[in-house]
Amino acid sequence: MTYITKPLAHHPALPRNALGLTHRDYEGSMSTLCAGCGHDSITAAIIEACYEMDLPAHRIAKLSGIGCSSKTPTYFLGRSHGFNSVHGRMPSVTTGANMANKDLVYIGVSGDGDTASIGLGQFAHAVRRKLNMSYIVMNNGCYGLTKGQFSATNDKNSPSKKGEANPFDAIDLCQMAIQLGAGFVGRSFSGDKKQLIPLIKAAISYKGFAFLDVISPCVTFNNHPTSTKSFDYVRAHNLASENKLDYVEPKEEITVSYAEGETAAVTLHDGSKLLLNKLDGGHDFRDPDEAILTIRRNASKGQVATGLLYVNEAGEDLHDALDTTDRPLNEIPVAELCPGSKALEGVNARFR
Amino acid sequence: MSGTNDFVIKFATVNGSGSASANTIFAKTLFRMGIPVSPKNIFPSNIQGLPTWYEVRVSEAGYMARRDGIDLMVAMNPQTYANDVAEVVSGGWLLYDSTMPRLWQRTDITVLGLPIAEICAKIWKDARQRQLFKNMVYVGALTALLDMDVKVLEGVVGDQLKGKEKLLAANMQAVAIGREYAEAHFECPLPIKVRHAEGAKGKIMVTGNEAAGLGAVYAGASVCAWYPITPSTSLAEGFEKHARRFRVTKDGKRNYAIVQAEDELAAIGIAIGGGWNGARSFTATSGPGISLMSEFLGLAYFAEIPVVLYNIQRGGPSTGMPTRTGQPDIISCAYASHGDTKHVLLFPSSPTECFSMSTDAFDLAERLQTPVMVMSDLDIGMNDWMTDPFTWDDNWVADRGKVLSREELEGFAKAKGRPWGRYQDVDGDAIPYRTLPGTHETMGAYFTRGTSHDENARYTEDGTIHARIVDRIRRKFDTAATLVPKPEVNIRDAGSRTGLIYFGATRPAVLEALDYLDRDGFKLNALRLKAFPFTEEVKAFCAAHDRIFVIEQNRDAQMRQLLMVEAEVPQEKLIATLNYDGTPMTADFVRQAVLKQLQPAKAQAAE
Repeated sequence: MTYITKPLAHHPALPRNALGLTHRDYEGSMSTLCAGCGHDSITAAIIEACYEMDLPAHRIAKLSGIGCSSKTPTYFLGRSHGFNSVHGRMPSVTTGANMANKDLVYIGVSGDGDTASIGLGQFAHAVRRKLNMSYIVMNNGCYGLTKGQFSATNDKNSPSKKGEANPFDAIDLCQMAIQLGAGFVGRSFSGDKKQLIPLIKAAISYKGFAFLDVISPCVTFNNHPTSTKSFDYVRAHNLASENKLDYVEPKEEITVSYAEGETAAVTLHDGSKLLLNKLDGGHDFRDPDEAILTIRRNASKGQVATGLLYVNEAGEDLHDALDTTDRPLNEIPVAELCPGSKALEGVNARFR
Repeated sequence: MSGTNDFVIKFATVNGSGSASANTIFAKTLFRMGIPVSPKNIFPSNIQGLPTWYEVRVSEAGYMARRDGIDLMVAMNPQTYANDVAEVVSGGWLLYDSTMPRLWQRTDITVLGLPIAEICAKIWKDARQRQLFKNMVYVGALTALLDMDVKVLEGVVGDQLKGKEKLLAANMQAVAIGREYAEAHFECPLPIKVRHAEGAKGKIMVTGNEAAGLGAVYAGASVCAWYPITPSTSLAEGFEKHARRFRVTKDGKRNYAIVQAEDELAAIGIAIGGGWNGARSFTATSGPGISLMSEFLGLAYFAEIPVVLYNIQRGGPSTGMPTRTGQPDIISCAYASHGDTKHVLLFPSSPTECFSMSTDAFDLAERLQTPVMVMSDLDIGMNDWMTDPFTWDDNWVADRGKVLSREELEGFAKAKGRPWGRYQDVDGDAIPYRTLPGTHETMGAYFTRGTSHDENARYTEDGTIHARIVDRIRRKFDTAATLVPKPEVNIRDAGSRTGLIYFGATRPAVLEALDYLDRDGFKLNALRLKAFPFTEEVKAFCAAHDRIFVIEQNRDAQMRQLLMVEAEVPQEKLIATLNYDGTPMTADFVRQAVLKQLQPAKAQAAE
């Protein structure tokens, strides 16, 4: 039995957000992942982001597929409905849920196996449909729950713990997402909370498909010195971090100051802003081609480009394409949806 | 059997040549003359160039099953001449394009040569027009040969050409040309002809798929996801067509969401996501799609999520016969997915029931919190059926099942004497209460999962709890048996110990066969299944009869197996009566199969 509840008691002086909630109110049950797992840091970042954004947890739906990463929704937002679906199929379940109720915040959590292998098709089509969701991949380059097999995002030159070579090229999910039309694409590292939290906040605020590929080392199977998904490797090769980020709430004033010409502000759908301080050589993150080029150039040097890689501020989503009514479909009573007997007479007449 | 208002006509044409609309016009004209007609489209898995047939049975008596023995063949496809001419009954007729005259081997039929290509070449210059009007020329010839009401025909053509009125005159010109040629060259009308009748009055003519799509609109479905697959495609299209009409708000926005998914896996995933989030949600597919959807069906079963799936069955296994009919998915749907699973199935037997059972399906899915599959097939789904008009009771209230509102959630513990838990059986009917995301700030959130869980939806690996949960879900099936539509029982002889069980598209064939068997001296009691799980009525019927013919369209007698396992009917009672060549069942097939058992000598003589 692996469900472990956390004690509810907490220090009375814990700070509260605008909803009067503490950090603890955004937590879930105890993690059952390995000690030191990168996924737990991402879980913590999601909790932090939602707390700081004053999001009512019950208006968030968290969905996942199967795998270590997909277990994490149990560990955050205990007041939200969660859905641990089938392997690689979180995108379709989220699509249906979103079609039924466009008003909730959808956070999808997946892994590199769940997204880049078994779920590649569903991932691609959720991107293409511009589903309004935040899609977070906890990317460790391996299958943790089945004990360390390579996943499709593991770099070709990165061997397994036992020293086996990986003969196949890695799939870069950020490049794919950009090519397929995702409106918001970022990459981060579970060990970089400062970058990750504003990215998660911005992804949630973004209307449309927001994709975050978060490298999250597997301490048990893929953290050896020769792995390119290890803590040490990513720390050492994350110099190409594209931008420093600050997330600004809709009503908040911009207080961060960067030297002129270095800062850009991305306005998100809910009025919030993401401030980016471009580092030397940072690319134009509104240009998808430059974004892809940046990822590729860095990868060829063994570096990992992180930060906000691409954004299209004119966010569109599936409901725009489907032209659905503003009211969530699941709130419209069946009596209102049913055309009734009078209309049926007309239908029958057409079939005579 | 053949004569006025009682014959079978078959059109042999080429796919993509425009013959389909001409043939529909022909059938619809007879229908509007009040004559019961049953058209069957026999089409290839192809868009253009391969042979296709359209068979119309005309029966003033109202027998709407397919019937063997073609009285009049309209042979317009030289590719298939040899087989087509062989199908005509002795004494029958063959109408063909005699632009290139042929010698026919049969002397026992009357050949009617109509030089269609030649006629069309003279009148129309455009190649496409020549091709399209050919079809209306043979329809014109038929109006004379069969004594059809041309005024009625003109009305049908006018309806078909709504918005393209200028084509009406040209089409009617083609009809007149064919008619005049026939009057001048053939002895019109033939002994098989038509006359105005009453049998079709008050009926409608519609496909089951369109009816089901309309039914989903009426049932309040608002989320639909599907992947194109014959023969289910036109169901989602039917839903969209009627939703566009009835589900648009005053400001032009849509009160429904439909997505053509990337595959069947996504289609059922989307439908399940919608059901989980409280919308009436569905998908439509056929055999191969069921195979792909099986994993997800297990999730919806175990996590207890309402979803409706229309399975428009076709010939299998594998890709099988995508454009031919069958009932081969009974077992794969009843037990779809790994682990211990069992699903609610509904069996409509006409487009009218495709419409009405849509409401049943959504009500049952939400009441029982489980997938419900509507088991139609290609014959019902894609052929126009003369059927009873759709009816609707404006007092109907959708059964949304046990979904807790904010207030109900807050008062739950007080009202029920214990706190809410997602998978608690509070009422003893094995159906728990569910909540939807967004209902309450602090209450009602839970984690939906396909892994084993306890009564409060928490992950567990405790075998005792697991067994308890799956036992409760099985008990839910007992509740289902009290809620599903009851069978249609037809007791012709209360003393008879011989019965017949059937379901779905075989209904017209069986009803007709029962009449013939009456005349043969055998009064058989019959039961038409409408649902699985089997209700008490089914068990009682099986107990009351010693010999029961189980009529179905698959090789392995799947419904018979289900009756043996799930209704515990002794196997020696159940006589498998099977047809699985992809064609709709005929009354003669049923009659012969029964006679073979009941009166072997007579059956032999009849053969």
